[in-house]
Amino acid sequence: MRVPLSWLREYVDLPTEVTGRDLATTLIAAGLEVETVEELGRDLSGPLVVGEVRTVEELTGFKKPIRFCTVDVGRANGTGEPQEIVCGAVNFTEGDRVAVVLPGATLPGGFTVDARTTYGRTSAGMICSASELGLWEDHTGILVLNGLLDPVPEPGTEVAPLLGLRDDILDIAVTPDRGYALSMRGIAREAAVQYDVAFRDPAEVETKPDSAPGHPATIQDPSACDRFVLRGISGFDPGTPSPLWLRHRLSMAGMRSVSLAVDVTNYVMWELGQPLHAFDRDKLSGAITVRRAKSGEQLTTLDHVERELDPDDLVIADESGPVGLAGTMGGLYSEIDESSTELVLEAAHFSATGVARTARRHKLSSEAARRFERGVDRELPLVASSRASELLVSLGGGRVHGLTHAEAVPSAELAPPAEITLAEQYASRVAGVEYPRGRAAQRLRQIGCTVLEDGAQLRVTPPTWRGDLSDPNDLAEEVIRHEGYENLPSIPPRAPAGRGLTPAQRLRRSVARALAGDGLVEVLSYPFLGERELDALQLAEDDPRRGTLRLANPLNEDEPLLRTTLLPGLLRTLARNVGRGNTAPALFEVGSVYLPNDGAPPAPILPVDRKPTEVELAEIEAALPAQPRHVGAALAGDREPSGWWGPGRSAIWADAIEIARVVVRTANAEPVVRAAESLPWHPGRCAAVYVTLADGTESLVGHAGELHPRVVQAYGLPERTVALELDLDGIELAQGVVSAPQISTFPVATQDVALVVSAEIPVAEVENALIEGAGELLEELRLFDVYTGEQVGAGSKSVAYTLRFRAPDRTLTSEEITAARDGAVAVAAERFGATLRS
Amino acid sequence: MRDHALEAIANARNLAQLKEVRLAHTGDRSPLALANREIGALPPSARADAGKRVGAARTEVAEALQQRQEELEAERDARVLVEESVDVTLPWGRRPQGARHPITTITERITDVFVAMGFEVAEGPEVEAEWYNFDALNIRPDHPSRTMQDSFYIAGGSEQASGMVLRTHTSPGQIRSLLQRELPVYVVVPGKTFRSDELDATHTPVFHQVEGLVVDEGITMAHLRGAIDAFVTEMFGADLRTRFRPSYFPFTEPSAEVDMQCFVCRGASVGDPTAACRTCSSEGWIEIGGCGVVNPRVLVACGVDTDRYSGWAFGLGVERTLMFAHGVEDMHDIVEGDVRFTQAFGMEI
Repeated sequence: MRVPLSWLREYVDLPTEVTGRDLATTLIAAGLEVETVEELGRDLSGPLVVGEVRTVEELTGFKKPIRFCTVDVGRANGTGEPQEIVCGAVNFTEGDRVAVVLPGATLPGGFTVDARTTYGRTSAGMICSASELGLWEDHTGILVLNGLLDPVPEPGTEVAPLLGLRDDILDIAVTPDRGYALSMRGIAREAAVQYDVAFRDPAEVETKPDSAPGHPATIQDPSACDRFVLRGISGFDPGTPSPLWLRHRLSMAGMRSVSLAVDVTNYVMWELGQPLHAFDRDKLSGAITVRRAKSGEQLTTLDHVERELDPDDLVIADESGPVGLAGTMGGLYSEIDESSTELVLEAAHFSATGVARTARRHKLSSEAARRFERGVDRELPLVASSRASELLVSLGGGRVHGLTHAEAVPSAELAPPAEITLAEQYASRVAGVEYPRGRAAQRLRQIGCTVLEDGAQLRVTPPTWRGDLSDPNDLAEEVIRHEGYENLPSIPPRAPAGRGLTPAQRLRRSVARALAGDGLVEVLSYPFLGERELDALQLAEDDPRRGTLRLANPLNEDEPLLRTTLLPGLLRTLARNVGRGNTAPALFEVGSVYLPNDGAPPAPILPVDRKPTEVELAEIEAALPAQPRHVGAALAGDREPSGWWGPGRSAIWADAIEIARVVVRTANAEPVVRAAESLPWHPGRCAAVYVTLADGTESLVGHAGELHPRVVQAYGLPERTVALELDLDGIELAQGVVSAPQISTFPVATQDVALVVSAEIPVAEVENALIEGAGELLEELRLFDVYTGEQVGAGSKSVAYTLRFRAPDRTLTSEEITAARDGAVAVAAERFGATLRS
Repeated sequence: MRDHALEAIANARNLAQLKEVRLAHTGDRSPLALANREIGALPPSARADAGKRVGAARTEVAEALQQRQEELEAERDARVLVEESVDVTLPWGRRPQGARHPITTITERITDVFVAMGFEVAEGPEVEAEWYNFDALNIRPDHPSRTMQDSFYIAGGSEQASGMVLRTHTSPGQIRSLLQRELPVYVVVPGKTFRSDELDATHTPVFHQVEGLVVDEGITMAHLRGAIDAFVTEMFGADLRTRFRPSYFPFTEPSAEVDMQCFVCRGASVGDPTAACRTCSSEGWIEIGGCGVVNPRVLVACGVDTDRYSGWAFGLGVERTLMFAHGVEDMHDIVEGDVRFTQAFGMEI
């Protein structure tokens, strides 16, 4: 809402020294979000005066018409002699009064005018157009003042005050609750309260009675409209231009001048907040009805868009069909044009939700819809149509003739604000400030409420323009904001003892720290993806990760799906880093994936006037997707860089699996790793990662390893990129409680064994056999060599371990050590046919 | 014999030579050892004297040896340490440097300020029911406030609306807290939120919020202000003023936008072009979030007795906070995942 200060002063006696910036500060403190203050004509300086064109000499021989003029500028040039000016416009004649800028002056926009030679003549100044003066966009020629100003000013008169070239314009972002602030009337009222000065309500105009019947109209759907006013204007002169003041004000308000009739409806809307629409009566066929659209009906709106109407759309229709979308936009056919002399002016009170739905359905946002959506004062239709029609005939001739005032019993939404009862001290209780008795009533009256003081209670009826005031808290806000938010005291919080973070919250932080400590960098990627990316992961048609939720309105049509895996986001980000020259990116992400509940009914919309039942809440939970938190990582290039110390080491499958182990161990759980074939991983280099739950069962929590070469290619990644993805919620289930180990101070005994086993046996199983066979004296075992080759024969491998034995209570004897070692080997031999390598 | 030995010891240039001297002059076949052995063959009258002299000589040689050994070791140590010296400024970047995303760490910091005040951390799903995201928060259907936040809607099956959105704020987590927890409730709700804004220098469709909610007996706007003042002090330093501006949110009434005094210039840049402040654009104030008294309609939808309880809520945008607190100029840097950006923030913020 753009608010020119000079216009605002018509309704409120602001002190003369108050600037736009001062007013902005005050209004911001009162809750109006002033986004900018534009200082119109701030850089205007020097002589800018009225001139009378004395002589015009057409210069020839140039590509366009050029005139050499002499212009009487009175004594403004110091000599009284006519000023010689070269001008490229032709829309004026000798005797016209024009705006002349003399050398040395600066026009709005910072353009300084000097005497200069052009087209072979010396031009001592410039004759200005409306655009050059900063009035409005106009490239049709210079501004001719006679005809625009009455009386016509004398040559030499200063132009800036005459035309209002200097002004401050506040641009206010109006919140959805403050519909009344979308008018000069509403802003003026706020300003008057803040400065405690007089306010003249522009809506307090005499509404002219008119006994002549107007264009017939009926309200067919009272749920959508309870007041519908039509006023006729006959014999209007459609050729009358809008006067300068009207064009200038609309321009400052940010509206384009269209025609006098349209300009006046816009002007009155800006002034009062009541949207108006003008029909050409000759284009209407028969009586008007306010009704819902019928299915199949169409309407071409003023913006030249042909629209299919929905049976929920509220329309203004004549006997031929819809002629306008009520409160949103008029129809093209019935629009007034340059030959319209018989006008019908519409002003109505429409349902906010009805207009909002129509505007949203047709993706139409108009100044009218913005106001109706936020609520328009129901007392305005008669007032605004009176004001507009009077203004029209006073400017464009004709006479106001015929009034139709259709009314319907208002629905709850359309009804005037109801009385609210609240304790006199309620605002004090909300604020935590003791306001003096009587203050609340005083503040509420200031904003237009009717207040009955009934003992300790206030019975408050809000004014008709404050449909947003329905609850005691709404009134409390009015009192508190006018008393000043800056006066609220500050009392430190007094929360009861909290329990801190939950185990899951702590685990998430620990995992992130562990991974960052392990050299990985956290990313937060968007959860949107397309089928293409699931294809790039080489997922099978029936892979559960293809069962995604879909957005109804994605930002990018190529990415309508919500992730079921973190990998696409990680791999995209990895590729971006590689593309930017990073040769060793190592990334991780902790985030939710969304796993739809197939076949679940939609989430119900529950009532809000009571607490939902457990059953109702359960229905919502049943509809929502499972949203487990996953942790994923992806690495390419060097895991350890090369340097002066020697070559680096590329990240390989084992790094990914080890990172998975790090994650699981962070939860104080013990990872179990087994070979698996699972896309998008390399079938021979993929591990399934399990945790053991409290009941002893193993639970699969994810996979890790080298990515399948096709995946690497599809994402444009470096060869042998590795990745992992684990279900953090699943790991949390295995989160164990640590019981302290017994630390023995007796000496350790070390034994090395090298076993030959079949090459297919996973070392993890050999290890398990050794641990089991060695018994409780085994403190630690470490695989120090894996060998395949001639010495052990094809199909076999040698695995060499260091076993460390120790007892809690004694030094082990050599017999005990040998027995433990032999026990370990024996189980491996029994289970896998392992033999000691000689 | 003795003089010979002492001279050899004195002439030993290094430890290896000294070892040879030791062997030659104190070994089994050294003259002194042989002389010692021959004492027994002397006449008894001469034995005592000879024994005394040989013994004295051996002691003297051994002491000389020990002394020379120490001298040579000290010399060797000094020389070797010098020879072994290295350039300690050589880089050792063999371990790659990891980092946590600053959005995560600053979220934790903000959260922890409230946890320290006794709040608990509540969370909720990112794909959320419309009822939780809108209706329960007094964001009515067809009200302009529902379109204030451009929402991502989840597609339903076969022309049916799903009743679900990607949550547009973390406020549904407040509703869940009120429905699930015992009163009084003091929670802070951090999390990921979504609005259908295109990514540009200041917007991102996926962003993060932290909200606080208190519902207790006798809660007023003064308590809200106190909590925000405490938060500002913990995060940005002491003695920073805060400012409430009336505003509108459907779920709070009265509502306010909160500004804090710029923690960099403390207002000194206002109207002084020579002291321009990038952090607050020389406005002196930084907008930190929105807040208000919980709308009793919200409490009713959660079954809270509004005669007895009232509350406040506060919310801030994490991206915005990160941007002004650490001078991030472009949202792209926060969302793109370029490790050069994230590594700069390390493990904690």
